[in-house]
Amino acid sequence: MSVARGTAPVSSRPIRFDEEGLPFESEEKNEFQRIDDPAEVEARMGIVIVGHVDHGKSTIIGRLLADTGSLPEGRLEQIKDLCARTAKPFEYAFLLDALKDERAQGITIDAARVFFRTPKRRYLILDAPGHVEFLKNMVTGAARAEAALLVLDAGEGIQENTRRHAYLLSLLGVRQIAVVVNKMDLVEGKESAFDDFARDLTTFLKSINLEPAAIIPVIGRDGDNLAIRSTTMSWYSGPTVLETLDGFQSQGEAVDGPFRMPVQSVYKFTNDGDDRRIVAGTIESGRVKVGDEVVFHPSGKRTRVKSLEAFNRVAPAVAGAGESTGFTLAQQIYVTRGELATLAHEPQPVAATRIRSSVFWLGARPLEVGRNYTLKLGTARVSAHLESIERVLDASTLASVTGRTSVLRNEVADCVLKLRHPIAFDRAADLAATSRFVLVDNFSISGGGVVREALTGSDVHRARARTSTSAPLRPSVLWLTGERGAGKSALAHWLATDAEHAGSRVELIDDDTVGELFPAGGSIAERELRVRRLAWLASRLEAHGAVVVVAIDSPSEEARRFARSVARDFVEVHLTAASDVLEERRGARAMPEAYEVPIQPELRLDTGRLTLEEAGAEVLAWLEEWSSNS
Amino acid sequence: MSATTTVHAPSSKRASRIDHLDQLEHRSVHLLREAYASFPQLAMLWSIGKDSTVLLWLARKAFFGHVPMPLVHIDTGYKIPEMIQYRDRLAAEWRLTVIYGQNEEALASKQTFPDGNVDRLTCCGNLKTEALRRTLSGEGKRYRFDHTLGTYVVDTNREPFTGVIVGVRADEEGSRSKERYFSPRSGENNWDVGDQPPEFWNQYATEFAPGTHVRIHPLLDWTELDIWEYIERERIPTVGLYYDRGEGERFRSLGCWPCTKAVSSSARNVGEIIVELKSGKFSHIAERAGRAQDKDDGGGLETLRRDGYM
Ligand SMILES: Nc1nc2c(ncn2[C@@H]2O[C@H](COP(=O)(O)OP(=O)(O)O)[C@@H](O)[C@H]2O)c(=O)[nH]1
Repeated sequence: MSVARGTAPVSSRPIRFDEEGLPFESEEKNEFQRIDDPAEVEARMGIVIVGHVDHGKSTIIGRLLADTGSLPEGRLEQIKDLCARTAKPFEYAFLLDALKDERAQGITIDAARVFFRTPKRRYLILDAPGHVEFLKNMVTGAARAEAALLVLDAGEGIQENTRRHAYLLSLLGVRQIAVVVNKMDLVEGKESAFDDFARDLTTFLKSINLEPAAIIPVIGRDGDNLAIRSTTMSWYSGPTVLETLDGFQSQGEAVDGPFRMPVQSVYKFTNDGDDRRIVAGTIESGRVKVGDEVVFHPSGKRTRVKSLEAFNRVAPAVAGAGESTGFTLAQQIYVTRGELATLAHEPQPVAATRIRSSVFWLGARPLEVGRNYTLKLGTARVSAHLESIERVLDASTLASVTGRTSVLRNEVADCVLKLRHPIAFDRAADLAATSRFVLVDNFSISGGGVVREALTGSDVHRARARTSTSAPLRPSVLWLTGERGAGKSALAHWLATDAEHAGSRVELIDDDTVGELFPAGGSIAERELRVRRLAWLASRLEAHGAVVVVAIDSPSEEARRFARSVARDFVEVHLTAASDVLEERRGARAMPEAYEVPIQPELRLDTGRLTLEEAGAEVLAWLEEWSSNS
Repeated sequence: MSATTTVHAPSSKRASRIDHLDQLEHRSVHLLREAYASFPQLAMLWSIGKDSTVLLWLARKAFFGHVPMPLVHIDTGYKIPEMIQYRDRLAAEWRLTVIYGQNEEALASKQTFPDGNVDRLTCCGNLKTEALRRTLSGEGKRYRFDHTLGTYVVDTNREPFTGVIVGVRADEEGSRSKERYFSPRSGENNWDVGDQPPEFWNQYATEFAPGTHVRIHPLLDWTELDIWEYIERERIPTVGLYYDRGEGERFRSLGCWPCTKAVSSSARNVGEIIVELKSGKFSHIAERAGRAQDKDDGGGLETLRRDGYM
């Protein structure tokens, strides 16, 4: 029977389209995934299988698929047959290796999903084996996993990636772990060798706060102690790999911890007379109910929960961890995205501007002392300055190296970060979920970490304390000017978001986006008129207490002088970059007229040399200094 | 002494109170809210099909009955009329901001299939992909549903959308299983599969360089069955074309009439579709029968590759 996808026929053609009109990026059909399979309704547990290269991960996956009857019918025979005809010895790893070959660069199938099943449930292998370069994928997979298998070769023992992966599992918070000691067929004096091994492993894992549910001797190639109990290693009485997996808990949510909900947004949709003001977010831990006294951090503001809100269901009386929810408040207090909602009678989080943290770095460009990054924790977002690196962990020995000024890709380090304004968090030892953050370097998530503790030299606050350094910026017109490609828009958006999180009232006028509403004709005079109109509008908004961030070419000194004259506090930021940088960024969008370089701007920044975060931090530092001196 | 290792007793702190569909719903809602907080120029694609309609419903969940972003529909001009009627009925009832875009040039010059000058694939490229690209970037005309007039008017807003919510599911097709929830795309809509940002701890690629945009995929973890079960649980209105209305046929997925084929099925309502999916009636669809057997083309990886392997 054939079913049309409704669009182009499935053939050897290069592209196909789906219902949304989007092309599928490749034409292969994913046969791992039998979407209509009734078993799909059963509980699924996401797992990752990690370990050093060649220690047998692919073999174990292949064997698990085969021994649990999870391969499509006839497929195993087909591959064996193929091997026979090409005179290659058959390997279970080949099931995945062949697949890997066919995918780009042939190393991993990324977070692609492979299923196998036991009578108890389905397992979804979130990330198949990868090389060290693909740590990004392993991290993505492991962070979603409920359990992990750490595979190692009995002959080779603990290797670099065994340590690295184990450490990452620990940092990522994967708590259910089993160690699979593979290739036991190659080991002499199996039983005592294994015991020694298990002892070393336990010590090592304990040192990084991991406690494996089981350490299992297996022969991956033959399937011993994977799905089927080994007959050659009868001295081992512990569980098999599948028994261990089946013994894991499908992780429900941590409803018993203290209530923590990062505020995603505060909604007020006035259409159709809706006057609810709803604080929305996803609960990370604990629960909240109507009548509870909530405290928001770092602002310290508090009030009671008036109602829990929901659409198309009866409004619940209580909401718990894992739920995306929303509630209204008894008093109208001003809270914003980035704050952490907690309950007054429960343990409180910490708010600080200087933190000690353990970080893993995935970015191609190293993490460097003295640079600025964007740190995102829960829904908080703040500019973070890397103050110092206390030690870098050598992944091959787990020894600490001191005196380094940068952390390279795939390294793990303890470092001190200084934040531009306080954010609320828990210490990793107290509550992992709200201790985790990522670091963004020039638009991409380049690392992750957990907060170990708040440091002095920082404003440490417990409940109720009002923070000082997060004082909202004072009203002003922040005028970003520069040639096309200088980075005005990007910086304006960054500044607006950051200032908003610090509690300022912000208005963003980006000529690239509002331009349509203020059409200008082709002449220089008409374009200049538009600049003046927007300048006037900005000055009105400023008069009402807003920080107005304006991104506009404004090539004429005359027009900029007008803008300065109508504003109360005018901060002119001139963005420049080397001409080749500008050319590359702007492509075809050349300036229609000559750009008159500002004579005396408050700030001049070379965006070709600075990252977005650094440029942003410079502007903010200037503004803070200016605010405190006047 | 042999290694005595024990399986941990379950931690009593963890208890599952929410079921599978709830879990999917909560995650999707979280993603929608992150998208809304991160992208001032945000749109959601609405194909009228079941997936994107579930997405629309999830937006109402996320925003407590409201849908605070425009829904972009690409009208190929060949949509089954019932789909358009359904779109406009919901637009009016739920007070949605619906925008549609169309490749008017291709339609006018008949760069279409089958009544025009091109094959199916080129037609799709013209009427869907190109129309979508131009509508999102603002190069193409946008028509907005005017609730007072009850018809579509030309939209004066041509700002490019920097965040686009799309209802793709990871289980639909091989390459989609590699998608992230937030997927940055270059100006040309390109997707670099080999070098995707890592995604963990509910932190997503919400920062983006000028000239690029981000696609957001809140339905990534849903399966076809999840979609139907959710439609049933929430009683979400769907187009009648999905059901057998006496002809022994129904549509499993909706598109343009010249290229959409019905499947033989007697499922008359959501419940019956679920029973049908669970019974495994379609469970071998993904298998391309016969091909795996043509071994005499040299065999090897080429054959396996075409099979998608496994
Ligand atoms: N002797 C022996 N070799 C094994 C066993 N398991 C895997 N191997 C071999 O170890 C090599 C690497 O295995 P593979 O699964 O590709 O490792 P991966 O890189 O961790 O995925 C292959 O040549 C396997 O045949 C085992 O239990 N015993």
